[in-house]
Amino acid sequence: MTRAHDALSAGQAGERVPLLAEQFKGGLAAPICLTWEWTYACNLSCVHCLSSSGRRDPLELSTAEIMTVLDELAAMQVFYVNVGGGEPTVRPDFWDLLDYAVANRVGVKFSTNGLRINREGARRLARTGYVDVQVSLDGATREVNDAVRGPGSFDMALRAMRNLAEAGFGEFKISVVLTRHNVAQLDDFADLADQLGAVLRITRLRPSGRGADVWESLHPTAQQQREVYSWLLGHGERVLTGDSFFHLNALGETPLPGLNLCGAGRVVCLIDPVGDVYACPFAIHEAFRAGNVRSPGGFAGVWRDSPLFARLRTPAAGGACASCPAFSACQGGCMAAKFFTGLPIDGPDPECVRGHGEAALSLASRHEPPRPGKDHSHRDRTVPLGMPGLRVPAKPCDSSPLAAAR
Amino acid sequence: MACVASTDTVMIAPFDAAQRYRLSPEVALRPEPFGALAYHFGNRRLCFLKVPELVDVVRGLGGHSSARDAVSGLPEKRRHACLRALASLAAAEVIVPDVAGSAEQP
Repeated sequence: MTRAHDALSAGQAGERVPLLAEQFKGGLAAPICLTWEWTYACNLSCVHCLSSSGRRDPLELSTAEIMTVLDELAAMQVFYVNVGGGEPTVRPDFWDLLDYAVANRVGVKFSTNGLRINREGARRLARTGYVDVQVSLDGATREVNDAVRGPGSFDMALRAMRNLAEAGFGEFKISVVLTRHNVAQLDDFADLADQLGAVLRITRLRPSGRGADVWESLHPTAQQQREVYSWLLGHGERVLTGDSFFHLNALGETPLPGLNLCGAGRVVCLIDPVGDVYACPFAIHEAFRAGNVRSPGGFAGVWRDSPLFARLRTPAAGGACASCPAFSACQGGCMAAKFFTGLPIDGPDPECVRGHGEAALSLASRHEPPRPGKDHSHRDRTVPLGMPGLRVPAKPCDSSPLAAAR
Repeated sequence: MACVASTDTVMIAPFDAAQRYRLSPEVALRPEPFGALAYHFGNRRLCFLKVPELVDVVRGLGGHSSARDAVSGLPEKRRHACLRALASLAAAEVIVPDVAGSAEQP
Protein backbone atom coordinates (compact mmCIF):
# COMPACT_ATOMS: atom_id res chain seq x y z
CA MET A 1 0.00 0.00 0.00
CA THR A 2 2.85 2.32 0.62
CA ARG A 3 3.41 2.68 -3.11
CA ALA A 4 -0.17 3.60 -3.82
CA HIS A 5 0.72 7.22 -4.35
CA ASP A 6 2.92 6.93 -7.36
CA ALA A 7 0.17 5.00 -9.08
CA LEU A 8 -2.55 7.56 -8.57
CA SER A 9 -1.71 9.30 -11.79
CA ALA A 10 -2.41 6.07 -13.63
CA GLY A 11 -6.09 6.74 -13.31
CA GLN A 12 -6.57 10.03 -15.02
CA ALA A 13 -8.24 8.76 -18.18
CA GLY A 14 -11.68 10.03 -17.20
CA GLU A 15 -12.45 13.67 -16.55
CA ARG A 16 -13.61 13.25 -13.01
CA VAL A 17 -12.11 10.34 -11.13
CA PRO A 18 -12.87 10.13 -7.40
CA LEU A 19 -9.90 9.88 -5.07
CA LEU A 20 -8.63 6.35 -4.70
CA ALA A 21 -9.30 6.40 -0.96
CA GLU A 22 -12.92 7.32 -1.69
CA GLN A 23 -13.25 4.41 -4.10
CA PHE A 24 -11.72 2.04 -1.57
CA LYS A 25 -14.29 2.92 1.06
CA GLY A 26 -16.83 0.72 -0.68
CA GLY A 27 -14.52 -2.28 -0.37
CA LEU A 28 -12.59 -4.32 -2.91
CA ALA A 29 -13.26 -7.64 -4.63
CA ALA A 30 -10.53 -9.15 -2.45
CA PRO A 31 -8.23 -7.73 0.21
CA ILE A 32 -5.00 -6.07 -0.84
CA CYS A 33 -3.50 -6.40 2.55
CA LEU A 34 -4.29 -9.67 4.23
CA THR A 35 -2.58 -10.46 7.51
CA TRP A 36 -2.59 -14.11 8.41
CA GLU A 37 -1.37 -15.42 11.73
CA TRP A 38 -0.28 -18.99 11.30
CA THR A 39 0.13 -19.83 14.99
CA TYR A 40 -0.24 -18.43 18.48
CA ALA A 41 2.94 -20.22 19.50
CA CYS A 42 5.85 -17.93 20.20
CA ASN A 43 9.22 -18.20 21.84
CA LEU A 44 8.88 -14.63 23.11
CA SER A 45 6.35 -12.79 25.28
CA CYS A 46 6.52 -9.23 23.98
CA VAL A 47 4.65 -6.88 26.26
CA HIS A 48 2.71 -5.29 23.39
CA CYS A 49 1.81 -8.44 21.42
CA LEU A 50 -1.27 -7.62 19.31
CA SER A 51 -2.55 -11.18 19.40
CA SER A 52 -1.64 -12.04 23.02
CA SER A 53 0.40 -14.92 21.64
CA GLY A 54 2.52 -17.48 23.42
CA ARG A 55 0.94 -20.93 23.51
CA ARG A 56 -0.25 -22.87 20.47
CA ASP A 57 -3.99 -23.42 20.20
CA PRO A 58 -5.02 -27.06 19.52
CA LEU A 59 -7.60 -25.79 17.02
CA GLU A 60 -5.08 -24.02 14.80
CA LEU A 61 -5.53 -24.57 11.05
CA SER A 62 -3.81 -27.71 9.81
CA THR A 63 -1.34 -27.81 6.93
CA ALA A 64 -4.09 -28.96 4.55
CA GLU A 65 -6.49 -26.27 5.75
CA ILE A 66 -3.92 -23.52 5.24
CA MET A 67 -3.20 -24.85 1.76
CA THR A 68 -6.93 -24.81 0.96
CA VAL A 69 -7.16 -21.17 1.98
CA LEU A 70 -4.03 -20.41 -0.07
CA ASP A 71 -5.77 -21.96 -3.10
CA GLU A 72 -8.74 -19.69 -2.47
CA LEU A 73 -6.51 -16.63 -2.17
CA ALA A 74 -4.75 -17.50 -5.41
CA ALA A 75 -8.13 -17.79 -7.15
CA MET A 76 -9.20 -14.42 -5.72
CA GLN A 77 -5.93 -12.89 -6.93
CA VAL A 78 -4.71 -11.93 -3.50
CA PHE A 79 -1.17 -11.35 -4.66
CA TYR A 80 0.56 -11.65 -1.33
CA VAL A 81 -0.14 -12.28 2.33
CA ASN A 82 1.48 -10.87 5.44
CA VAL A 83 2.17 -13.89 7.60
CA GLY A 84 2.69 -13.48 11.32
CA GLY A 85 1.79 -15.05 14.60
CA GLY A 86 2.95 -15.83 17.20
CA GLU A 87 6.23 -16.73 15.62
CA PRO A 88 5.17 -18.31 12.32
CA THR A 89 8.46 -20.13 11.80
CA VAL A 90 7.87 -22.41 14.81
CA ARG A 91 5.24 -24.28 12.80
CA PRO A 92 6.96 -27.49 11.65
CA ASP A 93 5.27 -27.08 8.24
CA PHE A 94 6.36 -23.43 7.87
CA TRP A 95 8.77 -24.00 5.00
CA ASP A 96 6.35 -26.31 3.16
CA LEU A 97 3.58 -23.70 3.45
CA LEU A 98 5.95 -21.00 2.25
CA ASP A 99 6.91 -23.04 -0.81
CA TYR A 100 3.29 -23.94 -1.50
CA ALA A 101 2.15 -20.31 -1.39
CA VAL A 102 4.95 -19.08 -3.60
CA ALA A 103 4.38 -21.89 -6.11
CA ASN A 104 0.75 -20.74 -6.35
CA ARG A 105 1.75 -17.13 -6.93
CA VAL A 106 0.72 -15.98 -3.51
CA GLY A 107 3.73 -14.06 -2.25
CA VAL A 108 4.59 -14.28 1.42
CA LYS A 109 5.90 -11.50 3.56
CA PHE A 110 6.41 -12.85 7.01
CA SER A 111 7.21 -11.26 10.32
CA THR A 112 9.67 -12.99 12.56
CA ASN A 113 11.67 -12.39 15.69
CA GLY A 114 14.55 -14.12 13.94
CA LEU A 115 14.33 -17.46 15.72
CA ARG A 116 14.74 -19.68 12.63
CA ILE A 117 16.80 -17.36 10.48
CA ASN A 118 20.10 -19.11 10.97
CA ARG A 119 22.63 -19.21 8.14
CA GLU A 120 20.90 -22.08 6.36
CA GLY A 121 17.45 -20.53 6.82
CA ALA A 122 18.70 -17.22 5.44
CA ARG A 123 20.26 -18.93 2.42
CA ARG A 124 17.03 -20.81 1.79
CA LEU A 125 15.02 -17.58 1.92
CA ALA A 126 17.47 -15.87 -0.42
CA ARG A 127 16.92 -18.71 -2.92
CA THR A 128 13.11 -18.44 -2.72
CA GLY A 129 11.58 -15.87 -5.00
CA TYR A 130 8.56 -13.90 -3.96
CA VAL A 131 9.30 -13.93 -0.25
CA ASP A 132 9.84 -10.93 1.94
CA VAL A 133 11.04 -10.97 5.54
CA GLN A 134 10.32 -8.52 8.32
CA VAL A 135 12.49 -8.87 11.39
CA SER A 136 10.95 -7.24 14.44
CA LEU A 137 13.12 -4.95 16.51
CA ASP A 138 11.72 -2.46 18.99
CA GLY A 139 14.92 -0.82 20.14
CA ALA A 140 18.11 0.21 18.39
CA THR A 141 19.87 -0.82 21.59
CA ARG A 142 19.66 -4.08 23.53
CA GLU A 143 18.37 -2.27 26.58
CA VAL A 144 15.43 -0.57 24.88
CA ASN A 145 14.51 -3.58 22.75
CA ASP A 146 14.73 -6.25 25.41
CA ALA A 147 12.62 -4.25 27.86
CA VAL A 148 9.70 -4.76 25.45
CA ARG A 149 10.54 -7.98 23.61
CA GLY A 150 12.33 -9.88 26.36
CA PRO A 151 15.90 -10.90 27.20
CA GLY A 152 17.95 -12.21 24.28
CA SER A 153 15.55 -10.91 21.64
CA PHE A 154 17.86 -8.11 20.46
CA ASP A 155 20.76 -10.46 19.85
CA MET A 156 18.49 -12.98 18.13
CA ALA A 157 17.06 -10.35 15.76
CA LEU A 158 20.49 -8.91 14.95
CA ARG A 159 21.88 -12.37 14.23
CA ALA A 160 18.97 -13.06 11.87
CA MET A 161 19.50 -9.75 10.08
CA ARG A 162 23.21 -10.37 9.63
CA ASN A 163 22.47 -13.84 8.29
CA LEU A 164 20.02 -12.39 5.75
CA ALA A 165 22.50 -9.73 4.67
CA GLU A 166 25.29 -12.30 4.39
CA ALA A 167 23.11 -14.68 2.38
CA GLY A 168 22.37 -11.90 -0.13
CA PHE A 169 18.64 -11.89 0.59
CA GLY A 170 18.39 -8.27 -0.51
CA GLU A 171 16.09 -5.71 1.00
CA PHE A 172 14.55 -7.34 4.04
CA LYS A 173 12.60 -5.11 6.41
CA ILE A 174 13.46 -4.05 9.92
CA SER A 175 10.08 -3.68 11.57
CA VAL A 176 9.83 -1.31 14.52
CA VAL A 177 6.82 -0.58 16.71
CA LEU A 178 7.23 3.00 17.87
CA THR A 179 7.19 3.54 21.62
CA ARG A 180 8.01 6.38 23.95
CA HIS A 181 11.45 4.81 24.45
CA ASN A 182 12.54 4.35 20.86
CA VAL A 183 11.30 7.51 19.11
CA ALA A 184 14.67 9.08 19.93
CA GLN A 185 16.36 6.18 18.13
CA LEU A 186 14.75 6.70 14.72
CA ASP A 187 18.01 7.82 13.15
CA ASP A 188 19.81 4.85 14.68
CA PHE A 189 17.25 2.46 13.17
CA ALA A 190 17.69 4.13 9.78
CA ASP A 191 21.49 3.78 10.08
CA LEU A 192 21.17 0.13 11.02
CA ALA A 193 18.95 -0.49 7.99
CA ASP A 194 21.50 1.24 5.75
CA GLN A 195 24.36 -0.79 7.17
CA LEU A 196 22.53 -4.06 6.54
CA GLY A 197 21.06 -3.16 3.15
CA ALA A 198 17.59 -3.36 4.70
CA VAL A 199 14.52 -1.14 4.59
CA LEU A 200 13.15 0.42 7.75
CA ARG A 201 9.49 -0.03 8.54
CA ILE A 202 7.94 1.70 11.54
CA THR A 203 4.41 1.17 12.76
CA ARG A 204 2.15 2.51 15.41
CA LEU A 205 1.79 0.95 18.87
CA ARG A 206 -1.81 -0.23 19.21
CA PRO A 207 -3.64 -0.88 22.49
CA SER A 208 -4.56 -4.34 21.13
CA GLY A 209 -3.87 -7.74 22.69
CA ARG A 210 -1.36 -7.42 25.52
CA GLY A 211 -0.68 -3.98 24.11
CA ALA A 212 -3.79 -2.84 25.99
CA ASP A 213 -1.93 -3.34 29.28
CA VAL A 214 1.11 -1.27 28.36
CA TRP A 215 -0.28 1.26 25.89
CA GLU A 216 -0.69 4.04 28.42
CA SER A 217 2.90 3.89 29.53
CA LEU A 218 4.47 3.16 26.13
CA HIS A 219 2.63 5.18 23.49
CA PRO A 220 4.58 8.20 22.21
CA THR A 221 3.90 11.56 23.84
CA ALA A 222 2.23 14.42 21.96
CA GLN A 223 5.62 16.07 21.47
CA GLN A 224 7.07 12.80 20.17
CA GLN A 225 4.19 12.45 17.70
CA ARG A 226 5.20 15.81 16.21
CA GLU A 227 8.81 14.62 15.96
CA VAL A 228 7.69 11.40 14.25
CA TYR A 229 5.58 13.33 11.72
CA SER A 230 8.50 15.60 10.78
CA TRP A 231 10.90 12.70 10.67
CA LEU A 232 8.61 10.71 8.39
CA LEU A 233 8.10 13.68 6.07
CA GLY A 234 11.86 14.09 5.90
CA HIS A 235 12.38 10.47 4.95
CA GLY A 236 9.54 10.15 2.44
CA GLU A 237 8.86 6.80 0.87
CA ARG A 238 12.22 5.33 1.84
CA VAL A 239 10.72 4.45 5.20
CA LEU A 240 7.68 2.16 5.17
CA THR A 241 4.88 2.70 7.66
CA GLY A 242 2.10 0.34 6.62
CA ASP A 243 0.07 3.55 6.44
CA SER A 244 -0.25 3.34 10.21
CA PHE A 245 0.36 7.01 11.05
CA PHE A 246 -2.41 8.68 9.07
CA HIS A 247 -3.80 10.18 12.30
CA LEU A 248 -0.67 12.40 12.26
CA ASN A 249 -1.77 14.03 9.01
CA ALA A 250 -3.74 16.55 11.06
CA LEU A 251 -0.37 18.01 12.15
CA GLY A 252 0.38 19.75 8.89
CA GLU A 253 -0.43 20.55 5.31
CA THR A 254 1.63 17.72 3.86
CA PRO A 255 0.08 14.28 4.18
CA LEU A 256 2.33 11.31 4.84
CA PRO A 257 2.75 8.91 1.91
CA GLY A 258 -0.05 6.36 1.81
CA LEU A 259 -3.77 5.98 1.48
CA ASN A 260 -4.97 7.95 4.52
CA LEU A 261 -7.78 5.57 5.17
CA CYS A 262 -8.83 2.97 7.71
CA GLY A 263 -8.84 -0.09 5.50
CA ALA A 264 -10.54 -2.42 8.00
CA GLY A 265 -12.86 -4.80 6.16
CA ARG A 266 -12.43 -2.77 2.98
CA VAL A 267 -8.87 -3.39 1.86
CA VAL A 268 -7.53 -5.12 4.94
CA CYS A 269 -8.41 -8.08 7.10
CA LEU A 270 -6.92 -10.66 9.42
CA ILE A 271 -7.17 -14.43 9.53
CA ASP A 272 -6.18 -15.71 12.97
CA PRO A 273 -4.56 -19.09 13.71
CA VAL A 274 -7.90 -20.84 14.26
CA GLY A 275 -9.33 -19.43 11.02
CA ASP A 276 -11.40 -16.60 12.45
CA VAL A 277 -11.54 -13.58 10.13
CA TYR A 278 -11.36 -10.12 11.69
CA ALA A 279 -11.68 -6.68 10.14
CA CYS A 280 -8.05 -5.84 10.85
CA PRO A 281 -5.01 -7.24 12.67
CA PHE A 282 -5.46 -4.74 15.49
CA ALA A 283 -9.09 -5.59 16.16
CA ILE A 284 -9.08 -9.11 17.54
CA HIS A 285 -12.37 -8.96 19.39
CA GLU A 286 -15.78 -10.56 18.90
CA ALA A 287 -17.14 -7.15 17.84
CA PHE A 288 -14.94 -7.25 14.73
CA ARG A 289 -15.14 -10.97 13.90
CA ALA A 290 -16.63 -11.47 10.45
CA GLY A 291 -16.64 -15.28 10.25
CA ASN A 292 -14.35 -18.30 9.94
CA VAL A 293 -12.54 -19.74 6.92
CA ARG A 294 -13.76 -23.23 7.95
CA SER A 295 -17.36 -22.23 7.22
CA PRO A 296 -18.91 -23.55 3.97
CA GLY A 297 -18.28 -20.37 1.95
CA GLY A 298 -14.63 -20.36 2.95
CA PHE A 299 -12.63 -17.15 3.19
CA ALA A 300 -14.16 -15.74 0.00
CA GLY A 301 -17.65 -16.11 1.47
CA VAL A 302 -16.65 -14.22 4.60
CA TRP A 303 -14.98 -11.43 2.60
CA ARG A 304 -17.94 -11.03 0.27
CA ASP A 305 -20.95 -11.67 2.48
CA SER A 306 -20.10 -10.81 6.08
CA PRO A 307 -22.67 -8.33 7.45
CA LEU A 308 -19.92 -6.76 9.56
CA PHE A 309 -17.77 -6.04 6.49
CA ALA A 310 -20.82 -4.70 4.64
CA ARG A 311 -21.31 -2.27 7.51
CA LEU A 312 -17.66 -1.20 7.49
CA ARG A 313 -17.91 -0.54 3.76
CA THR A 314 -20.67 2.01 4.14
CA PRO A 315 -19.71 5.65 4.71
CA ALA A 316 -19.07 6.37 8.38
CA ALA A 317 -20.37 9.50 10.01
CA GLY A 318 -17.70 11.67 11.55
CA GLY A 319 -19.49 11.71 14.91
CA ALA A 320 -17.85 14.00 17.42
CA CYS A 321 -15.05 14.64 14.90
CA ALA A 322 -17.31 15.76 12.04
CA SER A 323 -17.05 19.43 13.00
CA CYS A 324 -13.25 19.34 13.42
CA PRO A 325 -11.39 21.07 10.55
CA ALA A 326 -8.76 18.32 10.62
CA PHE A 327 -11.22 15.48 10.03
CA SER A 328 -10.50 15.21 6.33
CA ALA A 329 -6.78 14.90 7.14
CA CYS A 330 -6.94 12.29 9.90
CA GLN A 331 -10.27 10.57 9.15
CA GLY A 332 -10.83 10.18 12.87
CA GLY A 333 -7.82 7.88 13.23
CA CYS A 334 -7.67 4.19 14.11
CA MET A 335 -10.85 2.26 14.87
CA ALA A 336 -9.06 -0.37 16.94
CA ALA A 337 -7.15 2.21 19.00
CA LYS A 338 -10.44 3.85 19.93
CA PHE A 339 -12.20 0.58 20.68
CA PHE A 340 -9.56 -0.83 23.00
CA THR A 341 -9.18 2.42 24.92
CA GLY A 342 -12.94 2.53 25.52
CA LEU A 343 -13.59 5.48 23.22
CA PRO A 344 -16.55 5.62 20.80
CA ILE A 345 -15.68 4.50 17.25
CA ASP A 346 -17.08 7.72 15.78
CA GLY A 347 -15.07 9.94 18.14
CA PRO A 348 -11.45 11.04 18.27
CA ASP A 349 -8.47 8.72 18.19
CA PRO A 350 -6.87 8.38 21.66
CA GLU A 351 -3.72 9.90 20.15
CA CYS A 352 -5.60 12.70 18.35
CA VAL A 353 -2.92 15.31 17.65
CA ARG A 354 -5.33 18.09 18.63
CA GLY A 355 -5.69 16.62 22.12
CA HIS A 356 -9.34 15.60 21.74
CA GLY A 357 -8.45 11.97 22.47
CA GLU A 358 -6.71 12.80 25.71
CA ALA A 359 -9.70 14.83 26.78
CA ALA A 360 -12.07 11.98 25.97
CA LEU A 361 -9.86 9.48 27.82
CA SER A 362 -9.88 11.59 30.96
CA LEU A 363 -13.68 11.72 31.14
CA ALA A 364 -14.68 10.01 34.36
CA SER A 365 -17.82 8.57 32.77
CA ARG A 366 -15.80 6.56 30.27
CA HIS A 367 -16.67 2.88 30.04
CA GLU A 368 -14.18 0.25 31.10
CA PRO A 369 -12.30 -0.55 27.83
CA PRO A 370 -13.23 -3.89 26.21
CA ARG A 371 -10.73 -6.66 26.84
CA PRO A 372 -8.95 -8.35 23.90
CA GLY A 373 -10.85 -11.36 22.61
CA LYS A 374 -8.39 -14.22 23.02
CA ASP A 375 -5.41 -14.78 25.24
CA HIS A 376 -2.72 -17.36 24.49
CA SER A 377 -0.06 -15.72 26.64
CA HIS A 378 2.48 -17.97 28.30
CA ARG A 379 0.93 -18.65 31.68
CA ASP A 380 4.09 -18.45 33.69
CA ARG A 381 5.59 -15.31 32.31
CA THR A 382 5.59 -12.02 34.03
CA VAL A 383 5.83 -8.86 32.00
CA PRO A 384 9.17 -7.48 33.06
CA LEU A 385 9.28 -3.97 31.48
CA GLY A 386 12.93 -3.64 32.27
CA MET A 387 12.89 -5.72 35.45
CA PRO A 388 13.85 -9.38 35.45
CA GLY A 389 10.73 -11.50 35.94
CA LEU A 390 10.46 -14.74 37.85
CA ARG A 391 9.60 -17.75 35.69
CA VAL A 392 8.13 -21.01 36.86
CA PRO A 393 6.86 -22.97 33.84
CA ALA A 394 3.94 -25.29 34.59
CA LYS A 395 4.70 -27.45 31.53
CA PRO A 396 7.71 -27.40 29.23
CA CYS A 397 5.62 -26.10 26.35
CA ASP A 398 4.46 -23.16 28.44
CA SER A 399 7.88 -21.63 28.21
CA SER A 400 8.75 -22.73 24.70
CA PRO A 401 6.59 -23.92 21.85
CA LEU A 402 9.63 -25.85 20.67
CA ALA A 403 9.64 -28.05 23.76
CA ALA A 404 6.55 -29.89 22.59
CA ALA A 405 8.14 -30.72 19.26
CA ARG A 406 11.14 -32.44 20.76
CA MET B 1 -2.26 -1.28 6.20
CA ALA B 2 0.95 -3.13 6.21
CA CYS B 3 1.84 -4.08 2.72
CA VAL B 4 4.92 -5.02 0.80
CA ALA B 5 6.48 -2.64 -1.67
CA SER B 6 9.76 -2.72 -3.45
CA THR B 7 11.92 0.35 -3.42
CA ASP B 8 14.01 -0.64 -6.38
CA THR B 9 14.56 2.00 -8.97
CA VAL B 10 15.15 0.87 -12.51
CA MET B 11 15.90 2.89 -15.62
CA ILE B 12 12.99 2.59 -18.01
CA ALA B 13 12.79 3.83 -21.58
CA PRO B 14 10.53 6.90 -21.88
CA PHE B 15 6.98 6.31 -23.07
CA ASP B 16 6.51 6.68 -26.80
CA ALA B 17 2.91 6.81 -28.02
CA ALA B 18 4.01 5.70 -31.48
CA GLN B 19 5.39 2.48 -30.04
CA ARG B 20 3.47 -0.79 -29.68
CA TYR B 21 2.91 -1.81 -26.02
CA ARG B 22 1.49 -4.77 -24.17
CA LEU B 23 0.64 -5.77 -20.64
CA SER B 24 3.81 -7.00 -18.97
CA PRO B 25 3.86 -10.80 -18.69
CA GLU B 26 4.84 -10.26 -15.03
CA VAL B 27 1.67 -8.28 -14.29
CA ALA B 28 -1.73 -9.59 -13.24
CA LEU B 29 -4.86 -7.46 -13.49
CA ARG B 30 -7.55 -7.97 -10.87
CA PRO B 31 -10.97 -6.54 -11.72
CA GLU B 32 -12.29 -4.14 -9.08
CA PRO B 33 -15.42 -2.00 -8.80
CA PHE B 34 -13.39 1.11 -9.73
CA GLY B 35 -11.46 -0.49 -12.59
CA ALA B 36 -8.60 -2.84 -11.82
CA LEU B 37 -5.69 -3.45 -9.59
CA ALA B 38 -2.41 -4.27 -11.33
CA TYR B 39 0.24 -6.23 -9.50
CA HIS B 40 3.77 -6.61 -10.81
CA PHE B 41 5.20 -9.89 -9.60
CA GLY B 42 8.74 -8.78 -10.41
CA ASN B 43 9.04 -5.40 -8.71
CA ARG B 44 6.11 -6.13 -6.36
CA ARG B 45 4.38 -2.87 -6.97
CA LEU B 46 0.67 -2.32 -6.92
CA CYS B 47 -0.95 0.08 -9.33
CA PHE B 48 -4.55 1.16 -9.55
CA LEU B 49 -6.30 1.58 -12.86
CA LYS B 50 -9.00 3.88 -11.68
CA VAL B 51 -11.38 3.82 -14.63
CA PRO B 52 -12.81 0.79 -16.47
CA GLU B 53 -12.08 2.47 -19.80
CA LEU B 54 -8.36 2.45 -19.05
CA VAL B 55 -8.55 -1.24 -18.15
CA ASP B 56 -10.07 -2.02 -21.54
CA VAL B 57 -7.37 -0.02 -23.29
CA VAL B 58 -4.61 -1.81 -21.38
CA ARG B 59 -6.07 -5.24 -22.07
CA GLY B 60 -6.38 -4.39 -25.78
CA LEU B 61 -2.92 -2.84 -26.21
CA GLY B 62 -1.37 -5.87 -27.93
CA GLY B 63 -3.91 -5.72 -30.73
CA HIS B 64 -2.85 -2.23 -31.81
CA SER B 65 0.15 -1.04 -33.76
CA SER B 66 0.82 1.77 -31.28
CA ALA B 67 -0.36 3.19 -27.99
CA ARG B 68 -1.90 6.09 -29.89
CA ASP B 69 -3.83 3.67 -32.05
CA ALA B 70 -5.03 1.83 -28.92
CA VAL B 71 -6.76 4.96 -27.60
CA SER B 72 -8.15 6.02 -30.98
CA GLY B 73 -11.54 4.51 -30.15
CA LEU B 74 -12.03 6.87 -27.20
CA PRO B 75 -13.77 10.22 -27.42
CA GLU B 76 -11.15 12.71 -28.50
CA LYS B 77 -11.15 14.74 -25.30
CA ARG B 78 -10.20 11.68 -23.27
CA ARG B 79 -7.40 10.35 -25.47
CA HIS B 80 -4.72 12.63 -24.12
CA ALA B 81 -5.50 11.79 -20.50
CA CYS B 82 -5.49 8.11 -21.35
CA LEU B 83 -2.08 8.38 -23.00
CA ARG B 84 -0.80 10.11 -19.90
CA ALA B 85 -2.15 7.25 -17.81
CA LEU B 86 -0.42 4.76 -20.14
CA ALA B 87 2.83 6.71 -19.75
CA SER B 88 2.69 6.33 -15.97
CA LEU B 89 1.86 2.64 -16.35
CA ALA B 90 4.89 2.29 -18.62
CA ALA B 91 7.03 4.03 -16.00
CA ALA B 92 5.77 1.48 -13.46
CA GLU B 93 6.51 -1.35 -15.96
CA VAL B 94 2.89 -2.45 -15.91
CA ILE B 95 2.94 -2.13 -19.70
CA VAL B 96 6.10 -2.74 -21.70
CA PRO B 97 7.18 -2.01 -25.28
CA ASP B 98 6.17 -4.87 -27.55
CA VAL B 99 8.92 -5.00 -30.08
CA ALA B 100 8.18 -8.41 -31.57
CA GLY B 101 4.38 -8.31 -31.31
CA SER B 102 1.96 -8.45 -34.20
CA ALA B 103 -1.18 -6.37 -34.60
CA GLU B 104 -3.13 -9.54 -35.47
CA GLN B 105 -2.57 -11.27 -32.15
CA PRO B 106 -5.70 -11.62 -30.00
